[in-house]
Amino acid sequence: MAIIEVVDLVKRYDRKVAVDGVSFTVDEGEIFGILGPNGAGKTTTVECVEGLRTPDGGTIRVDGLDPRRDRAELRTRLGVQLQQSELPDRIRVGEALDLYASFYRDPADWRDLLDRLGLADRAGTEYRKLSGGQKQRVSIALALIGKPKIAVLDELTTGLDPQARRDTWSLVEQVRDSGVTVVLVTHFMEEAERLCDRIALIDEGKLVAVDTPAGLVSRVDGEQRVRFRPTAPLDVKLLEELPEVSQVEKHGPQLVVTGTGNLLHAVTSVLARNHIVAADLRIEQAGLDDAFIRLTGRALTE
Amino acid sequence: MLKIVTTEWKLFLRDPSMVVFAVLFPTILLLVLGAIPALRTPDPNFGNQRFVDAYMSSLVVVTLAFLGLNKLPTTVATYREKGVLRRFSTTPVHPARLLVAQVVVNVIAGVISIVLLMVAARLVFDIDLPHHPLGFLLTFLLGMLSLSAIGLLVAAWAPTARSAGGWATVVFMLVMFFGGVYLPRFLLPDFLTVIGDYLPPGVGALQESWLGGSPDPVHLGVLALVTAVAGTVAAKSFRWE
Repeated sequence: MAIIEVVDLVKRYDRKVAVDGVSFTVDEGEIFGILGPNGAGKTTTVECVEGLRTPDGGTIRVDGLDPRRDRAELRTRLGVQLQQSELPDRIRVGEALDLYASFYRDPADWRDLLDRLGLADRAGTEYRKLSGGQKQRVSIALALIGKPKIAVLDELTTGLDPQARRDTWSLVEQVRDSGVTVVLVTHFMEEAERLCDRIALIDEGKLVAVDTPAGLVSRVDGEQRVRFRPTAPLDVKLLEELPEVSQVEKHGPQLVVTGTGNLLHAVTSVLARNHIVAADLRIEQAGLDDAFIRLTGRALTE
Repeated sequence: MLKIVTTEWKLFLRDPSMVVFAVLFPTILLLVLGAIPALRTPDPNFGNQRFVDAYMSSLVVVTLAFLGLNKLPTTVATYREKGVLRRFSTTPVHPARLLVAQVVVNVIAGVISIVLLMVAARLVFDIDLPHHPLGFLLTFLLGMLSLSAIGLLVAAWAPTARSAGGWATVVFMLVMFFGGVYLPRFLLPDFLTVIGDYLPPGVGALQESWLGGSPDPVHLGVLALVTAVAGTVAAKSFRWE
């Protein structure tokens, strides 16, 4: 069931069109990713959903509410983690949560929340003394303090080291598992691929595609590569004759076989018949990166 | 609302420079100046008063100026720059409450600062308490509100926290000058003294209600007008992000 519906959203800044006719729906209980390069219009899109900006065109429904007209009610159902939003330097973590909890009629128990986010021992620490990852977790805690039905998390892991990033990802999954619908804005492929149930791909203000990560990848036909080092000399022709194989390349001792369908099985069967073992075997499949390039004509990574 | 005020109050107390300058500094200055014998002897130059008597109202200006023109604009502009106000606007509570809480904290800090000043003045130098307490309280509140309104106007118009600090300092210096902090008012030419009477935070009315009788209602009216105009313009032009 759709909990967020966006239809033909348009938002301009002066003359520049930031969001140009974007439509998508978010289902209850999923992690929905909004993926695209910096400046693609991702943040503007979610800010319209949050009711922080007034759209120039299109309609938005969030849990049956109009984000502008029903602002007050929406605020109690939607938790927001803003990009680059800090707290006063000297506020203690526990004080901040206690304060924000007081804004809601039926808030979550903030001590419990800190526990779940691994911040239980930081309740008495001043905000300025936290690490980047801890600040990010406080930010998530504040987004969840009002027991929202939907949480919007914008560029959650930007600036975090890889370990903190992975920890944050498992937190987001926990949030989803606790029944909260998550909208995740990101420009990290890996993050979207790993976390999201479905992804909206946005580029230059336009929606390019909405699909599951696997669905997006499968749009880049089913091409894959098998890379290995044969333990005995192998006649390359034997592989080239296979219907699944489109190309065989030699890179020093390595063979790279490109093809479609059940490529791996076809290749290993030939090897087995010839009593050859494939050492250092690797399969490379097209990823979201390839899908993005295929769908937009350019690379996502900056 | 109460929780926002208590939280902001705690944050104020954790900023030692603000506590020192806005709350303790006027009392310290009084004690230092009063330690000089010439300044606590009646002098015909001061209208047969002692310097310390005549300087009390300027010390009140110090407190009001630090709170309204230093602490308020920089705190508010920093909150905007860091996204604190923006985060508020994603909750059911409007970020304007945070600004109101700032002013409330300032009033509390101002009261403490001035009570401290009065107690020290009375005990150490035998300086009278305000002769017209009600007039003094009213002037103090209007002075605080008018400077707060100007401080918020600076925060509304300055593009960054840094520039808010810079602009506020200029206004701060002017207010301190006309308030007779740098040069005692009896040394200023008459026309400057008159200008000072009408400018926030109303040093003339503070002086009058402390040493004489009821403050001039025209002075108070000007303070109220400044509060209303600057406050309205600040509210209309304030950027939350």
